[in-house]
Amino acid sequence: MSKRNETKMNGAQCLIRALEDAGVETVFGYPGGHALDIYDALYDSSKLDHVLVRHEQGAVHAADGYARATGKPGTVIVTSGPGATNTVTGIATAYMDSIPLVVITGQVPTDALGSDAFQESDMTGITLPIVKHSYLVKSAAEIPATVAQAYHIASTGRPGPVVIDIPSNLARELDVAYSYPAEVRLQSYKPTYKGNSRQVKQAAHAIEQAKRPVIYAGGGVIASGATPELAQLAESMQIPVATTLTGKGGFPEDSPLNLGMLGMYGLPAANETMHQSDLVLAVGTRFANRSTGDAEAFAPHARVIHIDIDPAEIGKNHHADIPIVGDVKTVLGSLIEELRKDGAQPQTTAWLESIAQWKREQPHRIMRDEQTIRPEQVMMLLDELTKDRDTIFTTDVGQHQMWASQLIHTTRPRSFASSGGAGTMGFGLPAAMGAQLGLPRSRVICITGDGSIQMNIQEMATIRENDLPVKVLLLDNSCLGMVRQMQEQFHDERYSQTLFTGNPDFVALACAYGWSGRKAETPSELEATMRQWLADEEPSLLWIPITSDEDVYPKDACDGSAKGVSDLRDEE
Amino acid sequence: MSRVLSVWVDNKPGVLARIAGLVSRRGFNIESLAVSNTEEDVRSRVTMVVDADEHIVEQVTKQLHKLINVYKVTDLTDMDHIERELVLFKVDVPPEKRGEIIELAKNFGAKIDGGASDSLIIELTETAGRLEAFETLLSPYGIREMIRTGKIALAND
Repeated sequence: MSKRNETKMNGAQCLIRALEDAGVETVFGYPGGHALDIYDALYDSSKLDHVLVRHEQGAVHAADGYARATGKPGTVIVTSGPGATNTVTGIATAYMDSIPLVVITGQVPTDALGSDAFQESDMTGITLPIVKHSYLVKSAAEIPATVAQAYHIASTGRPGPVVIDIPSNLARELDVAYSYPAEVRLQSYKPTYKGNSRQVKQAAHAIEQAKRPVIYAGGGVIASGATPELAQLAESMQIPVATTLTGKGGFPEDSPLNLGMLGMYGLPAANETMHQSDLVLAVGTRFANRSTGDAEAFAPHARVIHIDIDPAEIGKNHHADIPIVGDVKTVLGSLIEELRKDGAQPQTTAWLESIAQWKREQPHRIMRDEQTIRPEQVMMLLDELTKDRDTIFTTDVGQHQMWASQLIHTTRPRSFASSGGAGTMGFGLPAAMGAQLGLPRSRVICITGDGSIQMNIQEMATIRENDLPVKVLLLDNSCLGMVRQMQEQFHDERYSQTLFTGNPDFVALACAYGWSGRKAETPSELEATMRQWLADEEPSLLWIPITSDEDVYPKDACDGSAKGVSDLRDEE
Repeated sequence: MSRVLSVWVDNKPGVLARIAGLVSRRGFNIESLAVSNTEEDVRSRVTMVVDADEHIVEQVTKQLHKLINVYKVTDLTDMDHIERELVLFKVDVPPEKRGEIIELAKNFGAKIDGGASDSLIIELTETAGRLEAFETLLSPYGIREMIRTGKIALAND
């Protein structure tokens, strides 16, 4: 006998219906005992496309990649206990980079809560420090409103992950009245979008007076969709723009005003520009230590304008002379208008000339070799060969991530997804899967290393199963390169547990998963192989072995002790 | 320096854990914490005393504001406000000192709440400074046990 009642909904059906009403199209997940009723209700949904991953961590990174590529919140459904705890790294990753996610976890029945029941874990407790908000649902009737609130909270203000923990008896509960709120209003949650007009005026004056201004743009530019405003401001006032890792793509990197990435592995000219500037316009960024090094020594001669939607970021890591709390897009719009009213004219010719000189004097180190494939060479070629059509890059974490961020030139927002704040190895492949599902017509390339890819390699099966033409570029140095590099530099070449001697044959592995697998071993075959790989219509992995002793430059930039980037500049 | 924060929050399970967790995660100690219902059933007021400089308290205040269950955070330290704590002392009372101790308590505005043949439980509601002064006076008699509530505070506006 079917337990399903066609006219009256149970809690799980309310959940699925609420997800549909929230506009969700794609869900990443993995079922289990306390998610059975949710998955049973999902079975009837014609609107939700569920992607069955191979590991819950993969589901969250996929939802994250989907969110970063599309701008829409990502959705995850998993079961209780280990299913739920497997999502923790993914939630932390999204939290650190302010990515909107809604993660729905099954939970033991309400009367078993706290009894250490089978597959019970205190999910709201475990995730407390890494969520924007969380709910432990206590009655089935609350489910629709909770879903509506969760999407509202996840995607407005400073975005972030929201967890909804649903005890299985509530999902099973029959005859639940369904009502989805037309509008979410939370008295205690009202993000500020418009900047204070006096502060905006002050900022405009500071920009007009500055001789050596620089824009320091973070992920907030992308989150708020402020690229057109940022480009307009930079161009109209001729202000150079440095971006953070998460801000990459927020400003077109083919612009002459582009400085590229700043910070520990940033470009020397970008850091020099920050150091010499008399005005830093920080936009949607949190002065993370990877960008600033020692925050005290960062941009020592500059006044700082800080625009961010999160008031708690103002003054947290660095002082702000002119703080403006508000949505980056809105505030930049007001700022442009203010400058226009003032008839402000750019006066940075001399400044831009100095910067051009630093760029000439300290170009990025590019290694070329006739015998051995060098990673920089791979990135430059990839950058060149992917200019033909819109491409979304995801990366994992480590040396390849830095090479990619330095040498892949993005010209659009949401085209470069990388775990910036958390630095999560294993992010790249599932994130590429999510991005590809969100944007089926785009080319999606995951740039990864042999350490990172093996952390979530099981998602190759999910990608195959869903016929997603994801491309993986694997730089294989048979070691944990970034850690090895730090051991080389700071631990007297004592390579403690960083060398892999048992990597698989990645071409055979790709083939085993039903992917195409290609390998390029010499510089002479690199381009042809890369072209074939890019032309593959099915999921395809390009395996590029490189030597273990490749380092990321600027080489002294990071010993993990957050030395000031500016100080390092002086040592060079 | 100790700062007194008054936090107006949803009266829901788990809210206290969010607040206490946030404060401790940012690396400083909560000296005292008092939570209770308020004039509105659906809200609670948390009075929290933290030992931190103004800059850190400002940062914590902003972080607290970000919690969805938090409506308002007020730093009462530099505002005109009334603050009180309640303390219970269990004091050794030899028969010959009984009158003396009761007299001392009365002079201080304390109440005798109970006791046994050789002890008294004395209650005092006061500011932290007055409580400590009273404790100093009682200690020669022998304080067997003592318990103190967290500070509660309201702005005088």
